[in-house]
Amino acid sequence: MESVGNRKPGTPALHVEDLRVSYRKIAALKSITFEVHKSEIVSLLGANGAGKTTMLNAISGAIPVESGEIRHDGASIKGVPPHRIVQKGIVHVPEGRRIFADLSVAENLRVAAYLYESKRKTLFKERLEFVLSLFPRLKERYAQAGGTLSGGEQQMLAIGRALITGGDILLLDEPSMGLAPMLVQEIFDTIVKISQTGKTILLVEQNATMAMEISNYCYVLETGLISFEGEPEVLRQDNDIASAYLG
Amino acid sequence: MGTYSQQFLQQTVNLVQLGSIYGLLAVGFSMVYGIARLVNFAYGPIFMVSTYLLFFFGTLMSAMTETAWIVLVFALIGASALTALLAIIIEKIAYKPLRGAPKVSVVVSSVGVGMALEYLVLSFIGPNPHRMPTFVGNSRYTVGGVNFSLATIIIVAVAVAAMVVLNLYIKKSRTGIALRAVAEDGLAASFMGISANWMISVAFILSAIMATIGASLYGVAYPTFNPYFGEQINWWSFTAAVLGGIGSVKGAILGGYLLAAVNVYSPMLLPTSSWRDVVAFGVLIFVLMIKPAGLIGKKRIEKV
Ligand SMILES: Nc1ncnc2c1ncn2[C@@H]1O[C@H](COP(=O)(O)OP(=O)(O)O)[C@@H](O)[C@H]1O
Ligand SMILES: [Mg+2]
Repeated sequence: MESVGNRKPGTPALHVEDLRVSYRKIAALKSITFEVHKSEIVSLLGANGAGKTTMLNAISGAIPVESGEIRHDGASIKGVPPHRIVQKGIVHVPEGRRIFADLSVAENLRVAAYLYESKRKTLFKERLEFVLSLFPRLKERYAQAGGTLSGGEQQMLAIGRALITGGDILLLDEPSMGLAPMLVQEIFDTIVKISQTGKTILLVEQNATMAMEISNYCYVLETGLISFEGEPEVLRQDNDIASAYLG
Repeated sequence: MGTYSQQFLQQTVNLVQLGSIYGLLAVGFSMVYGIARLVNFAYGPIFMVSTYLLFFFGTLMSAMTETAWIVLVFALIGASALTALLAIIIEKIAYKPLRGAPKVSVVVSSVGVGMALEYLVLSFIGPNPHRMPTFVGNSRYTVGGVNFSLATIIIVAVAVAAMVVLNLYIKKSRTGIALRAVAEDGLAASFMGISANWMISVAFILSAIMATIGASLYGVAYPTFNPYFGEQINWWSFTAAVLGGIGSVKGAILGGYLLAAVNVYSPMLLPTSSWRDVVAFGVLIFVLMIKPAGLIGKKRIEKV
């Protein structure tokens, strides 16, 4: 197997190898290989329909994998169902946020502590305090139904929920989608803050310019294949790629 | 005996009793739909089986003690546990493999399971009616010319307590919030570490417990039963649940009392009591024409 991106030694936190995923015989991911190391922000860029969401769904176990391998700290996690992936510390913040609209903000956050709530009450309190300090607006909306939040607030809630599960690898699917430019900046700033606490982040974005600014490493996905990988500076200088895929 | 208004009051007492039972049954029916998006027409026959289980445990306990409430409590625990087990087995065998299949196939499967349960009870126990052991003494009280039996008071108290406890459990407990999360978005819930499969089982367990409590109260009010009466229960539970808004606990309770009102008052206004079901059906259609999702049901966007 060819080695990819020798940017850090050691076992990657997340390692996808020659992955193939199909929807009814039509391949959405053809042969994907990439890695994410601990504490990195790695972005997966690409146009609409490139296969970014499919990639994250495959990692989190939401859809089955046809062939290839997905490893977490060296151990295969292929075929592990989503509710067990969370126990391994990998948490998926899905496209469109998918917060629980009928649950209050408080309940949305509490349900994220489902796995440990009864055994470790103080841990929940600590994480909750951290999330509310990161997103003070959630505190103001605490008793409101999730469905009444604005798009930006829902994104905060979705990220907050992920942090409360305690996962140390975050899979973020287009967190800036549909947000006003000011809010986009705020969300990206928060991602950096979260990364500084030691979390590993795999960021899927169509907003390549912004994503590249905060990433350690980038992959460009084009109709199910990785067409480029490298550090953001290199990607930015490559005019061909920039104009072809990043708009 | 009594003026028209006294008769009306008396019927209202009956309404509260009947409505409490219907409400409880509809909650059990609605619950499974709310979490699993599944119209479980095996519910009535499951209720019927739980009635037989109550009968067996009740008879067994009666041989050991004379204290009625001890008999009732132990019969309830035993019958609830076995009914829940039955419900989970049905879910795993007849419904789970059909997840993702067209909804109609699950409905057909549930009707088939119901018929199988009826057939099993018929062939092992026979068609003859049985009589529930007496769980509640037959003291009576009269207030302002209106008769209350101890049975009525206990039926209403137990049913209301069960509905309140269930509602609190769903609103406040860790599992309750997880249930509501799965009801809204199973995949998003699984990203929080919640197993949708387990939550569906929990819904079936809670539904079975409601059915069993309902069966015990029904048995206090109407002690004779046979293998066929599950069909009637299906119809009432379904109608009450849909009236209120299927999937909603509060809706089911409301639907239960409304259905009881139709059942109790329509014979006072109409020539024969056989009109009851027609009136109930008319009310159902009327409500659904005005509010297609039921009285307090929410219109949901079906998720893929
Ligand atoms: N559930 C699905 N069934 C069939 N095809 C799908 C499904 N989800 C995505 N696809 C197809 O797979 C490809 C990749 O989609 P997706 O992963 O959502 O891309 P992206 O997230 O990069 O926009 C697209 O061609 C899309 O039409
Ligand atoms: Mg996508």
